[in-house]
Amino acid sequence: MTWPEFWIVVLRVILTFGLLLVATLINVWAERKILADMQNRIGPKRAGPWGILQTVADGLKLFFKEAITPRKVELGMYLLAPFLAVVPAFLIFMMVPWGKPFTIAGNEVTLQGADLNIGLLFILAMSSLAVYSVVLAGWASGSKYPLLGGVRATAQAISYEAAMGLAMVAVVMFTATQGDGGTLSLAEIVERQAGTWGDIIPALEPVLQFIPRWNVFPQIVAFIIFFIAIVAETNRASFSLVESEQEIVGFHTEYSGMRFAMFFLAEYVNIFSMCAIAASLFLGGWNGPTFEGSVPAIVSGILPTVWFLAKTYFLIFLFFWIRATLPRLRYDQLMQLGWKRLIPGALAWLVLSAFVISFRQFGAPWSQ
Amino acid sequence: MGLIKELIKGLRVTGGTMVRTIAGDELVTTEYPHEMRVKPQRFHGRHVLNRYPDGMEKCIGCQLCAGACPAQCIYVRGMDNDPESPTSPGERFGYVYEINMLRCIFCGLCVEACPTEAITMTSLFEISTTTREDAIYTKETLLMDRRGNVPHMFPDDELADLDELDTADGWLRATAPGGVAAYEGVKMWQGTPGPADWSPEPSQEERDRRTGDGEEDG
Repeated sequence: MTWPEFWIVVLRVILTFGLLLVATLINVWAERKILADMQNRIGPKRAGPWGILQTVADGLKLFFKEAITPRKVELGMYLLAPFLAVVPAFLIFMMVPWGKPFTIAGNEVTLQGADLNIGLLFILAMSSLAVYSVVLAGWASGSKYPLLGGVRATAQAISYEAAMGLAMVAVVMFTATQGDGGTLSLAEIVERQAGTWGDIIPALEPVLQFIPRWNVFPQIVAFIIFFIAIVAETNRASFSLVESEQEIVGFHTEYSGMRFAMFFLAEYVNIFSMCAIAASLFLGGWNGPTFEGSVPAIVSGILPTVWFLAKTYFLIFLFFWIRATLPRLRYDQLMQLGWKRLIPGALAWLVLSAFVISFRQFGAPWSQ
Repeated sequence: MGLIKELIKGLRVTGGTMVRTIAGDELVTTEYPHEMRVKPQRFHGRHVLNRYPDGMEKCIGCQLCAGACPAQCIYVRGMDNDPESPTSPGERFGYVYEINMLRCIFCGLCVEACPTEAITMTSLFEISTTTREDAIYTKETLLMDRRGNVPHMFPDDELADLDELDTADGWLRATAPGGVAAYEGVKMWQGTPGPADWSPEPSQEERDRRTGDGEEDG
């Protein structure tokens, strides 16, 4: 590795990290503002223009608050759990390509933290690792309600992770037919969604040539299942049984000050990264019209990032919308939806798309 | 698929509310210290002791207000007027007049009990204090000056709305003389405290015309 390559890696990791932090700050504010609008209120408005600095103010407050350590905690695990929540949350976003790769002075720069060839596996592994923070936080608090909250959260995360993984498999299978060979790299999956559907069905070409080649169109069921699963995975309403600020006690009851802030940060980072992954898997990531040639090069260089953020924020807005609308699911309803609807549904969709893909590739089995 | 129908119905409610709130159609919040709501005309706010137009105090120290007060928050001590320079046009005047605002329940019974309309209420409601002593209003604070200006406990306070003190409540509007509701044209109540020659009570139609609509103008 030469020095320029090294600096490019450092720069792109810092850029990805910065993007994630800024987006998270804006997310917290945007959620409060949007929820306020949906509930006929004004929302934060004192800190900065339109209250946009409210998150900064809240963060500073939490930073300076006393972090109380209860007497009965398992100190090591108790202190480790918040970090276990934050680190996987940040690592997940490192897999997401958030702009079109470009070449500068002979070096190719990919706008992505790291382009692993097993990106999707890494994402699944990291989101499973985040479950440890929840169960450890609940257990190490040395108090029974956080323990119950932790167990509840683990059960939820594990059940919905299965549906999420199955929905991802359907996408990976479909992507394998879109280029040469299968891939688990998120950057590659995004690149294969470039362009429009064109003449994939000759009779429908006049319509299809205007529809972007996003996975959401052939994989709509997988998208819906994936979306429900990531709402549950990030513990958002209406699957926010894990925290349930209003009625029952969640796993982070014994955390205060900066340690609580880290759980909070991890949740919002997860929302952004999960929505970014959904946008990359199903909505074509940074693909979109760049008007190359007719606008300055800098504009068409930034536009892919804009498309990526627009798609991500569309999904995040759906999160907020659902939170403002739906009541929280009861525990048995949660498990029923996960095990009786989503996982069988995802399995059925997986088998169905496997059949369709093999038919398209090899023809009907009786024709040979 | 009834569930999905219900989900879409709910999303429409919240989404529609958001659009209407952003457009400003449905926003009901008033940003209080910067933006005051119009109060009802008969709002029961802080008390004030009135004077006659010639500057005489209306209070005759009869203690009927103290007797009527269900919270027993009024303390009055009367004193004989000096025949040379009387304070009130009667035998006696209110020498000590104190209201404990922490006990007051703002029922307005003192105003109804007063035979001379000496004590009335204003629309001012920002009367919180930092000490219990400050909550006891003495005659110094309650009595208006000869020009009709009502003293405020903390005139420098950011929240002190001196305009609120100028609009007296109009409870007498509801109780016309002799129980007759038609009080129009009768010179019986002054909308603002203080000595002045005031015009007779307008009719409801005229008041509506003056304020532009049927709303309260207090």
